[in-house]
Amino acid sequence: MDKKLETIVQALQENFGVTFEEFRGEVHVFVKAENIVPALTLLRDKYDFELLSALTATDFWPQLSPRFHVVYQLTSLARNLSLQLRVPLEDSQPHIPTATGLYEVANWRERELLDMFGIIPDGHPDPRRILMPDGTDGHPLRKDFPLGYEEPQFTFNFDEIDLRKPYAKE
Amino acid sequence: MAQLEEVSVDQFKHLVSERALTGETMLLNMGPQHPSTHGVLRLLLELDGETIINTIPDIGYLHTGIEKNIEAKTYLKAEVMSDRLDYMNNMGNNLVYCMAVEKLVDLDVPERAVVIRVILAELERINSHLVWIGTFGLDLAAMSMFLYAFRERERILDIKELISGQRMMTTFIRPGGIWRDVPVEFEAAVRDFIKMLPKRIDEYEALLTKNPLFLDRLLGIGKLDPAVALQHGVTGPMLRASGVNWDLRKARPYLGYDQYDFTVPVRTEGDTYARYIVRVEEMRESLKIIEQALNKLPLGPVNSNNRKFVPPPRSELGVSMEALIHHFKLWTEGFPAPNASVYQAVESPRGELGVLLEGDGSAKPRRCHWRTPSFDNLSVLPKIVKGHLVADLVAILASVDIVLGDIDR
Repeated sequence: MDKKLETIVQALQENFGVTFEEFRGEVHVFVKAENIVPALTLLRDKYDFELLSALTATDFWPQLSPRFHVVYQLTSLARNLSLQLRVPLEDSQPHIPTATGLYEVANWRERELLDMFGIIPDGHPDPRRILMPDGTDGHPLRKDFPLGYEEPQFTFNFDEIDLRKPYAKE
Repeated sequence: MAQLEEVSVDQFKHLVSERALTGETMLLNMGPQHPSTHGVLRLLLELDGETIINTIPDIGYLHTGIEKNIEAKTYLKAEVMSDRLDYMNNMGNNLVYCMAVEKLVDLDVPERAVVIRVILAELERINSHLVWIGTFGLDLAAMSMFLYAFRERERILDIKELISGQRMMTTFIRPGGIWRDVPVEFEAAVRDFIKMLPKRIDEYEALLTKNPLFLDRLLGIGKLDPAVALQHGVTGPMLRASGVNWDLRKARPYLGYDQYDFTVPVRTEGDTYARYIVRVEEMRESLKIIEQALNKLPLGPVNSNNRKFVPPPRSELGVSMEALIHHFKLWTEGFPAPNASVYQAVESPRGELGVLLEGDGSAKPRRCHWRTPSFDNLSVLPKIVKGHLVADLVAILASVDIVLGDIDR
């Protein structure tokens, strides 16, 4: 691991008791959900991670504990470093404290989490769906959400299939 | 299936000012079908006369579920969808996807393929900026600009057609190298193009850069503070126009970008005009990179020799049993990737384009997240249009350079 990154991971270990993994030169730090906002604050204010590059999640279904990993990909421009924070979440408690107070980009990215995974950002200023239409059932990027398909229509059964095809109502 | 609900103004109550609820200010829909929103983007504007008080972007009209679809395909087959994300930067999307796969399974890429990738990525950057400068001119009533820029872009599409048979959705860059070696005409075609373009860029600049009508519409409009930009995750030319020198090609050289001599244009004004200048300069820098890459283009194989990940050449199939087996296994089962996660980012024409690719030990990824630059760049729009006129919104939105396929995924 990079020397500069090592001191940062050590600071996180002392403060929040985190564990970490290394893969192909990347460092993934596992943080508990209640510690994520203080950890991000420490990284942003003390270690110059001023850019939240990506904020997303992974679904490990059918495994339920932990079911999700919320991923925070952080970039430091001043020190030219990258660090990934991962927050494991249980199936029964898909809640994460919002990071909108620290990074405003988290506003839209957390709306995407809510929309796509049903992970609820607690304290979010504008918790609406962002990509799917309002009133969609379920959360598309969850593994137990079916992929879905459209029935192909041919000339001989066009009208028959058309009758049961879901269209947007007026 | 989703039940469509009536949308009431109550939904946006917390996003508009008090005056909107009493009817003092007007709520106006711009889009989703509007020539200046560059795709299907809907903006809900709160207006006091012609002045914008609040902007609420509404995205998702072009949501195609590509991230979900990739989870159901093998690594090789899923790449086809990456072209369709950012449809102005097809090969750039292929590139970052392939680099993520290569990082995940630890696959080597031969030197010749790396240099060809650099040439193609920079051609795509010019391609994207040409479309941008054309539509930017069109939005600001410089209609001939659109025709000139598309004339030059056509040459790039011709080069893409020459090497891959396709003009846009090429899927030319593959994990472990590229699809095929480029034909012998490729070098001459690219050299022709890079010889022609500088004069054409001079022509564009003669039309726009000092044009008083153009300056009136751009100078001081849509100012973006560097601190606000970083808060909103803004990257690419937009960030560099605000005075932050951050380019992944320089900061974290991939594809051997550290061996090329080029500068990163940076402006400090942060307004719409600065973004225009940065993009025009970037086209000139890309030309420099292409020329250097062409001069050093080495000979050799263009695909990794690792048969577990790269299909064998067609000629081997008739004579080698192993080649036949590998070919069959790769296109039916695919290759397994480790149960691990990688994040790979490159500098796309719009900013940091990242892929978070997570394998689960099988031939299909568990998760493929696209960190698309347009998404974050658009999220800053409500801040930079505040207090400007509706006509300025068109200029600012054009200068952000959004691609809706990139935003909605």
